[in-house]
Amino acid sequence: MTIVHDPETGIDRNTAIDLYRSMRTIRQFETTAGDLFAAGKLPGFIHLSIGQEAVAAGVCAPLEDSDYITTTHRGHGHCLAKGGRMREMMGELFGREGGYALGRSGSMHIADNSVGILGANAIVGGGIPMAVGGALAAKLTGDGQVSVSFFGDGAAAEGVLHECLNIAALWKLPIVFVCEHNGYAEMTPVSVHLANPDVAALAAVYGIPAVKVNGNDVAAVLAASHKAVARARAGEGPSFIEARTNRWRGHFEGDPQKYRHRDELNVMSQQDPLKMWHATLTSEHGLTRDDLDLIDAEIRDRVLTSAAEAEAMAPSDPAGLTRHVYPEAAR
Amino acid sequence: MTALKYWQAINRALHEEMARDDRVLLIGEDVAEPGGPFGASKGLLEAFGAERVRDSPISEAAIVGTALGAAMAGYRPIVEVMFLDFVTVAMDQVVNQAAKVSYMSAGNFAAPMVIRSICASGRRTGPQHSQNLEAWLAHVPGLKVVWGSTPADARGLLKAAIRDDGPVYVIESLAEWSTRGEVPDDDEIVPIGSAAVRREGDDLTLVTWGGAAPRAATAVEQMEDVGVELIDLRTISPWDRDTVLESVRKTGRLLVVHDAVVEFGVGAEIAATVAAECFDELRAPVRRLGAPYAPAPFAPQLEAAYLPQPEDIASAVLETVKTVRKAS
Repeated sequence: MTIVHDPETGIDRNTAIDLYRSMRTIRQFETTAGDLFAAGKLPGFIHLSIGQEAVAAGVCAPLEDSDYITTTHRGHGHCLAKGGRMREMMGELFGREGGYALGRSGSMHIADNSVGILGANAIVGGGIPMAVGGALAAKLTGDGQVSVSFFGDGAAAEGVLHECLNIAALWKLPIVFVCEHNGYAEMTPVSVHLANPDVAALAAVYGIPAVKVNGNDVAAVLAASHKAVARARAGEGPSFIEARTNRWRGHFEGDPQKYRHRDELNVMSQQDPLKMWHATLTSEHGLTRDDLDLIDAEIRDRVLTSAAEAEAMAPSDPAGLTRHVYPEAAR
Repeated sequence: MTALKYWQAINRALHEEMARDDRVLLIGEDVAEPGGPFGASKGLLEAFGAERVRDSPISEAAIVGTALGAAMAGYRPIVEVMFLDFVTVAMDQVVNQAAKVSYMSAGNFAAPMVIRSICASGRRTGPQHSQNLEAWLAHVPGLKVVWGSTPADARGLLKAAIRDDGPVYVIESLAEWSTRGEVPDDDEIVPIGSAAVRREGDDLTLVTWGGAAPRAATAVEQMEDVGVELIDLRTISPWDRDTVLESVRKTGRLLVVHDAVVEFGVGAEIAATVAAECFDELRAPVRRLGAPYAPAPFAPQLEAAYLPQPEDIASAVLETVKTVRKAS
């Protein structure tokens, strides 16, 4: 494929397609997971990131396997964009022996040492200090690794975020704080949960460079991530990205969302990151609708196959449920 | 062997382990430049540098989590949460995060980290600086909890904790800070999960640990007519069931002495296990002696009344030994 450099976005054709594939994979994974949940096939709760795909895809694009991320209860997209294996993720959602954690942890705790996913997290703000620790390790090792922490606007009200911003700034750590600002802390709108909805301003008071971007525009997210990651790799310290985006679904699947006005969904669909990038690919990168349909079909097939394989995995074995309470092998 | 004070033994362990393994880090409030609030980390900054020995802000949750992330990324951090009471501020990172990393990732990640805290029980530090919270910690699967009551054990357990591949909570007694004891000169560790039989006896098993252990030893030293087998648990979790059960099978009597409040304490776990496993051998009801159900008080006379004193322990021993089982 020819690399076409677009002076407007600075994104070449291959990268543009990769971003689309990354976002489409997340959308399809989440849609399929939602369908499976609605069909009663997935136990517990799931939290979907439909509408927020551009943040995951754009932030993770400049990252290597050796870089670290931590993410949230709404973390499927970040894990996929960071290279998490879909089949094991699906297996974990189903509670199967072939899942990432042998069915011990479920949707909210995907972790994979091989691609630097320090873990999704079911405690709001709980993963942020771990990302700081990843950044400290990166700094001590000195190989130019970067650590990224994803969290939502809900976590902006958690004290631990402020502790971590302070430490990251004091110790000049190679970390990128990424706030996915979707306007809701679970079921509570930002007007009720943040005195200052300008989350990026919180980082600025610690002297951390902070930008606010349109989190539905994958090119804008990538540009911000690129700059922040480069700064971290160069040993210049932390950065903060506030990505304004939309959570199309409820806090969890099955949330009746009585707190939401119907008009919100209409507005959101006009800000669909996939539709927007689809238009850019056809208008600026020379792809046709058919090209993209082919990509969509291929991804759909891959996700459905993963789901089917996961469903067919053996259920987690109760005989082994106390394994791994303590680490088994010496490191 | 060298005679060292309790805090010097901790300091020696930190020096030895940081020299042995350059993945070992020390992070905490006042640990670097000040050398620790009470001297335990003296000389480490000078010996190992500011990258590995870090003064942190007063941000307990963030520093425990930072240590955790660094552990997951291949380092072996020690994080100092100054007083045990302060861990309550970091409980998410201890309970929900560090303790569960191995389990939640089915062994894909480990968290080889140590959290150190002083328990200042007995030093007149009041309700928010002198709690004995070991039961809270021991109740969390995945977290190991150790507490040395002598200089040798403080050193040996800390060394073992640093070398362990999972999170270990190391509690240190401020009341013993200046107590002197013989410490081995070699690289000996005290294995996690092994109790120490301080004295052998046939009449009663006395299980204790931490701050209560020296007072229990004092009580027992004065008792010549009663054969007390004194066991210092050293590791609260996972506790050395075998040593305790074997002893109770011999003596038929158990007294557990700890400084924490009796209700819902570690003593209850030991008592229940002994009651279930040694039913046929028991010659007296299992007995627990600890603090009353109240926060730890400040005033010297209140704190003295709060913690089990040698005379309280001696009375409990004698009463338990005197118990005569009625024929059924």
